[in-house]
Amino acid sequence: MKHLLSTVDLSRADAIRILDIAEEMAAVGTREVKKLPALRGRTVVNLFFEDSTRTRISFEAAAKRLSADVINFSAKGSSVSKGESLKDTAQTLQAIGADAVVIRHGASGAPARLAATDWIDAPVVNAGDGTHEHPTQALLDAFTLRAHWSRVRGEASLGADLSGMKVAIVGDILHSRVARSNLWLLRTLGAEVTMVAPPTLLPHGSSAWPCTISYDLDATLATGVDAVMMLRVQGERMHDSFFPNTREYSRLWGFDDARLAALDAQPGTETIIMHPGPMNRGLEISSAAADSPRSTVLAQVANGVAVRMAVLYLLLSGDQQRPAGL
Amino acid sequence: MSNEQNHARATAPVSARIVLSSEDIDRVITRIAHEIIEANKGTADLVLLGIPSRGFPLAQRLAQRIAATEPGLDAAAITGQLDVTMYRDDLRHSTTRTPVPTRLPAGGIDGKVVVLVDDVLYSGRTIRAALDAIADLGRPRIVRLAVLVDRGHRELPIRADHVGKNLPTATTEKVRVHLSEVDGENNNEVVIEAHA
Amino acid sequence: MSTTNNAYLIRGARPLGTEASDILVQDGKIAALGADAATHAAAADATLIEAAGQIALPGMVDIHTHLREPGREDAETVETGTRAAALGGFTAVHAMANSNPVADTAGVVEQVWSLGRRSGWVDVRPVGAVTVGLSGEQMSEIGAMADSRAQVRVFSDDGICVFDPLIMRRALEYVKAFDGVVAQHAQEPRLTEGAQMNEGEVSAVLGLAGWPAVAEESIIARDVLLAEHVGSRLHVCHVSTAGSVEIIRWAKSRGVNVTAEVTPHHLLLTDELVKSYDPVYKVNPPLRAEADVMALRAGLADGTIDVIGTDHAPHPSEAKECEWAAAAMGMTGLETALSVVQHTMIETGLITWADFARITSSAPAAIGRVEDQGRELAVGEPANITLVDAEARWVVDPVAMATKGRNSPFKGLELPGKVTTVFFHGHPTVLGGELNTPRITEAA
Repeated sequence: MKHLLSTVDLSRADAIRILDIAEEMAAVGTREVKKLPALRGRTVVNLFFEDSTRTRISFEAAAKRLSADVINFSAKGSSVSKGESLKDTAQTLQAIGADAVVIRHGASGAPARLAATDWIDAPVVNAGDGTHEHPTQALLDAFTLRAHWSRVRGEASLGADLSGMKVAIVGDILHSRVARSNLWLLRTLGAEVTMVAPPTLLPHGSSAWPCTISYDLDATLATGVDAVMMLRVQGERMHDSFFPNTREYSRLWGFDDARLAALDAQPGTETIIMHPGPMNRGLEISSAAADSPRSTVLAQVANGVAVRMAVLYLLLSGDQQRPAGL
Repeated sequence: MSNEQNHARATAPVSARIVLSSEDIDRVITRIAHEIIEANKGTADLVLLGIPSRGFPLAQRLAQRIAATEPGLDAAAITGQLDVTMYRDDLRHSTTRTPVPTRLPAGGIDGKVVVLVDDVLYSGRTIRAALDAIADLGRPRIVRLAVLVDRGHRELPIRADHVGKNLPTATTEKVRVHLSEVDGENNNEVVIEAHA
Repeated sequence: MSTTNNAYLIRGARPLGTEASDILVQDGKIAALGADAATHAAAADATLIEAAGQIALPGMVDIHTHLREPGREDAETVETGTRAAALGGFTAVHAMANSNPVADTAGVVEQVWSLGRRSGWVDVRPVGAVTVGLSGEQMSEIGAMADSRAQVRVFSDDGICVFDPLIMRRALEYVKAFDGVVAQHAQEPRLTEGAQMNEGEVSAVLGLAGWPAVAEESIIARDVLLAEHVGSRLHVCHVSTAGSVEIIRWAKSRGVNVTAEVTPHHLLLTDELVKSYDPVYKVNPPLRAEADVMALRAGLADGTIDVIGTDHAPHPSEAKECEWAAAAMGMTGLETALSVVQHTMIETGLITWADFARITSSAPAAIGRVEDQGRELAVGEPANITLVDAEARWVVDPVAMATKGRNSPFKGLELPGKVTTVFFHGHPTVLGGELNTPRITEAA
């Protein structure tokens, strides 16, 4: 594995290997000395063209726990805001001696461009590109789902996939890189996925996706899902006529108190409620749901560091002159 | 070290000779178990940490022998597994290694007498990595080293406290350790393979 | 080559792919054909051009070229663009109006026209803007441009759709006074805000904002009805969807005076290529799906689509060496057009070389009212002739091209057909597959 750009081309074996290594990395987070020397002397650049404090500090914590040096490059206030091109920025990082580049960019495909061109040789990790993909988010979600699934079934998680698991992804699918990355990865790992959204927030062409499409959240929840993943809704979508107003959105597609109560009333259901954050409490998820025992929001954050450690370790260890292959 | 030593190689060996049979291994384990008890003046505070993949079953076997000498001592409670992958100094130069779980006994290692257990002692680099790994996990009172085979050719100032068999080898030779826990039933032996 | 010698005997070429017939070119005209040609050649002291087995075609006429001058001389100039055109087998190009300043006055179109005359590689026929500054609001001086030395007959805001239906209606009506035509860039602007690629299964995966087919089709549907209503001539630029072909076929069946063009790249490439995120595949209208490509080929074969327009759109490398969303739209096409059309239309058996002559020469010349181009290969006609070695195969190398643009989506592709010779009003602009000399005319 030379880069991590998307989950659409991530093999099942590669995905499981990342999750398995992440389990070992997670154990480090519980120790007194939360540090491993594996990437000592390596430099990881967090190249963030979009603000995302959460993702950046997660990658930063991951790199630092592996003893890598971290350089945070924020486009705001830098030469990029003065019109420097992605190419010039990349070549600058190459000259500085970056060993890996973690890139967040508003343009879909920007990480793929970095990886495909000769602007920079370092491995590229996509930390979210436009409305394309956010592969480490999907990996941490899969990690969270696998931990839940193995607990429910009383089986070991190492080496396991998500076969038989039913997951609903709810909300603004159209603009969501999280939804896309999760769809491909969860399918690769054997889960069944249902996308729930108003038709305006589903991309044209999504009918070809390997998932069930639903406009009705209650009907989907009634079928008994093992996890429901709520996506963040930008309030400003309202102004683009994607839905009439936030009240109607929340009533039809939000995980509100009534839906939480309905879930709790289903006998024996162990459905978890996920959210990639940051949450709009009261819009796509109610406070009661976000803070309920079903919520995995904080576990997802913790798992994010472990998964990103696993990814950085895999990309930066091993002989990179050798042909690809995890 | 044990990993690459036992990795299947593409080239077939020119010759192979058994240097420790299954019975030899049993005898050696028994002897080392007694040495450990003697050096420790008993079993108090003793923890055996095996280095994957074959150091761990060796640690289990040693713990069972030690527990047999003292009624009430639970072998599993003093045995652990120490993964040193992330502490290796060759991560950039070999194929990517997958770490395996580190599992410490419930009592931890602080203030304990930790005996590191590995199958083959060669360059000493694995043990160097293990000592670093231990330092990140706690502060044992004493760390000792027990190995099934010492084949020489040290690259670091490291020596074993308990050695099953000293085995003079050439660097061109491979030392392969087979243990039933890892390599399948009735597969217990140490073999030296010479390659062209 | 002697400057006094202006006679050439083309020996063994096959006009429109039929039986071999010698062609004598003299004093800018086709002087003789067949056995007569050889007979007269000796007297004329003609230079021999050995062309056994090659296809002789009327010089190609591009209805849709971006020469970038004035304003973006870093991307292309009239000189470099027309060199590329000559090498691609063209003897005339229509230079689109989206220069800077915009070609919306007689002054700008005459400038472009005279730059073309001075260069001497092909006829440069400026296209005039429909509206001032391509703003879509106020009609530009169409009459002044039509009456200028540039003799503008094609009017287009290409790059931008004439979206306001009333402005479009008025333009369609007004150009009738000058025998002009409005060439529409059909793109509903609201449906394509921020659009990056064809809207479909690939865009759903790539997370790039979609450019839906309906945004093109709805404008074409509106415009053919407007053209019918006011009895005007409409030309539809770069048709890219199966639905557009259907609408134009329907309009023609009703007798609407509409013509349509398709680009070579839309005849070959699909949006699958966008998966690379390489902006060399970013173009407007975008690359579509396989079914669209097949419908465009069928529409071109059955005459629904009238002409090939290259939409040659050179860009400096920095406009493409960036992330997809930041990249400029457009592809070069002059030097690959013939080969791509041969590959997609002739080698597939969909059309003949005679059809090729129609869609690349006579039909575009008729749309642009270019009187001395797109003529038959007959005695007495202007000697605008392109010779093609149809058997040759070559690998596209953008660096080796005459255009300044390196943005060819066909890079690395092996294509058939090599232009060996081009006569532009009797003067060989291309010989042996290389540029020869421009045709010198009186000071422009």
